[in-house]
Amino acid sequence: MKPESDAIIDIRGLSFSRGDRPIFDGVDIKIPRGKVTAIMGPSGTGKTTLLKLIGGQLRPDRGDILLDDLNIPTLGRRELFEVRERMGMLFQSGALFTDMDVFENIAFPLRVHTTLPEEMIRDIVLMKLQAVGLRGARALMPSELSGGMARRVALARAISLDPDIVMYDEPFTGQDPIAMGVLVNLIRRLNQALGHTSIIVSHDIKETLGIADYIYILSDAKVIASGTPKELADVDSDKVRQFMQGLPDGPVPFHYKAPDYMQDLLGEIQS
Amino acid sequence: MMLNMLQRLGHRSLSRLAALGRASQILFQSLVARPQPLVMLPLVLKQIWFVGVLSLVIIVVSGGFIGMVLGLQGYTILVDYGSEQAVGQMVALSLVRELAPVVAALLFAGRAGSALTAEIGLMKATEQLASLEMIGVDPLRRIIAPRLWAGFICMPLLAMIFAVVGIWGGSLVAVDWLGIYEGSFWANMQQSVSFYDDVVNGIIKAVCFGLVVTWIAVFQGYDCIPTSEGISQATTRTVVYSSLAVLGLDFVLTALMFGEL
Amino acid sequence: MRMRTVEIGVGAFMLAGLAALIVLALNVSGLNLSEQSKGYKVYARFENIGGLTPRAKVSMSGVQIGKVTAIRIDTRMLMAEVEMEIFNEVDYLTTDSSASILTAGLLGEQYIGVVPGADEEVLGEGDFIEDTQSALVLEELIGKFLFNKVGE
Repeated sequence: MKPESDAIIDIRGLSFSRGDRPIFDGVDIKIPRGKVTAIMGPSGTGKTTLLKLIGGQLRPDRGDILLDDLNIPTLGRRELFEVRERMGMLFQSGALFTDMDVFENIAFPLRVHTTLPEEMIRDIVLMKLQAVGLRGARALMPSELSGGMARRVALARAISLDPDIVMYDEPFTGQDPIAMGVLVNLIRRLNQALGHTSIIVSHDIKETLGIADYIYILSDAKVIASGTPKELADVDSDKVRQFMQGLPDGPVPFHYKAPDYMQDLLGEIQS
Repeated sequence: MMLNMLQRLGHRSLSRLAALGRASQILFQSLVARPQPLVMLPLVLKQIWFVGVLSLVIIVVSGGFIGMVLGLQGYTILVDYGSEQAVGQMVALSLVRELAPVVAALLFAGRAGSALTAEIGLMKATEQLASLEMIGVDPLRRIIAPRLWAGFICMPLLAMIFAVVGIWGGSLVAVDWLGIYEGSFWANMQQSVSFYDDVVNGIIKAVCFGLVVTWIAVFQGYDCIPTSEGISQATTRTVVYSSLAVLGLDFVLTALMFGEL
Repeated sequence: MRMRTVEIGVGAFMLAGLAALIVLALNVSGLNLSEQSKGYKVYARFENIGGLTPRAKVSMSGVQIGKVTAIRIDTRMLMAEVEMEIFNEVDYLTTDSSASILTAGLLGEQYIGVVPGADEEVLGEGDFIEDTQSALVLEELIGKFLFNKVGE
């Protein structure tokens, strides 16, 4: 399945370095509209950085990030503000505002971007809470929520403006099986019901393969594979296979660079 | 070897300069923009509560004790010259010109400054600042600016309260305990303390200190490494840098204000 | 509910600060809000003003009757010229009054003590006090003492 037909986000020739380390080196990614796309790869390959680049929080050294017709890195403050209305992001830690209760957290983007009257805001917030199953928790403070509940509230906040794109930064990390199941279910259902585009950044193979329509695998600053879950299972690459099957040794070695083993041991005895 | 040391010195100086640059940037970006009073006022009020009202206890208690000590020590020293009547003006002048602005600023840095740094650092570590940005709100205007304004407003008020409580403490010791005639205590004080030269200068000092302390506290939080270790380092830096800055600035201001007298 | 507590607290805090400022102004520094007792200017020339500064007291029999407003050098007579503002109510200083620079207490500030004379006329705006006594300078005193000692 080729996504070129309708890509809501078109990333071309993206290059970004942090200090000396290249995070992305001429990367091309197309995010298909209305589908769930997963960005995967070993830890530290810059998956969260990609989301920040798409959201305009970071500027790439080179390359274009096209959202429909807008090139994100070139946008001014005003335009960036309007574009951000179309994006919702679920951060790894939930990132709820600790000085407001659940209701206010979800109402926040509505108050910032719209001038809707209070009754309408109330209705929208309650609808979003209902969608994530937490309508009864509206008056709780973030410190009173469990990890899983906090993530769901953060998800409700991310969709409160009905954005075209919802980005999930490592949503499955550190969740217990029930919370995980709830989240997976929610992501899929919301994607179908609300028709937005979902981008999931994760290194959780099992859950991600279950809900992704299209997958990109990043490693060493480049895309090493892309395709539907079925296509990737058949890919003929050591790197990909090691990642997909979770093999302990392969192109990403088990042993950290060290001198020869025998030399090391003998050296101890000799002195 | 020498080259290594030179290189490290250069590197350190450059990074300090870069930090100063970043700090100036956030100061400018937070304060200079179209004012939105409807949104900002409740935020600033809330911060005045956290930064000012909650500091009252330590300010009042410290002010009282320092005033009492000044009264006691002042009496002990002056009585040898037969000038114990001057205790009132001694206490008042010391407090109003120096101790109230400086000590209140140091206490403020320790209590409110460190709290600000920790709070902002924690917001950075839990990605709250980043999510504000993603929603399209500038964290500098929404989080940093109200705290800066609150600091500027609270510091002079706290310094004045410190001075008044201190003078009252001094009067308690001098008049009620050591038996100095109440009339001469206050009359001498009023003769020698000038509103424009002493009180107003003291307030100007407090305003400058408030600016410096709050700016440092807010910048350290915003710029810190977003881990628990990073936050604790930033908090320590806030207290140390603020204290040094207050003392250094105090010397400069004192020289400017009272030096020519 | 919480916001209400915050607002009350902040309001009380601002009031406390304002009250502190008022106390500092009135009780501590003796800021005179009442019409600065208007006065008339009187001048006097001294050989040596010692440590006299502007805003020093001008008193008669220990009661303040005015203050020093300016200190200049009279370039014609090459002496110090002190400008004083005497309260309007004090309109009985005769033209032969004397002004001396005295010290309050052992380490105290210097002030001008005025002793009235016996003339019929009184001082008015712009008048000069002719009979003046300069401040005592320690070195001159010691010099005088030694001189006298040598003479004995």
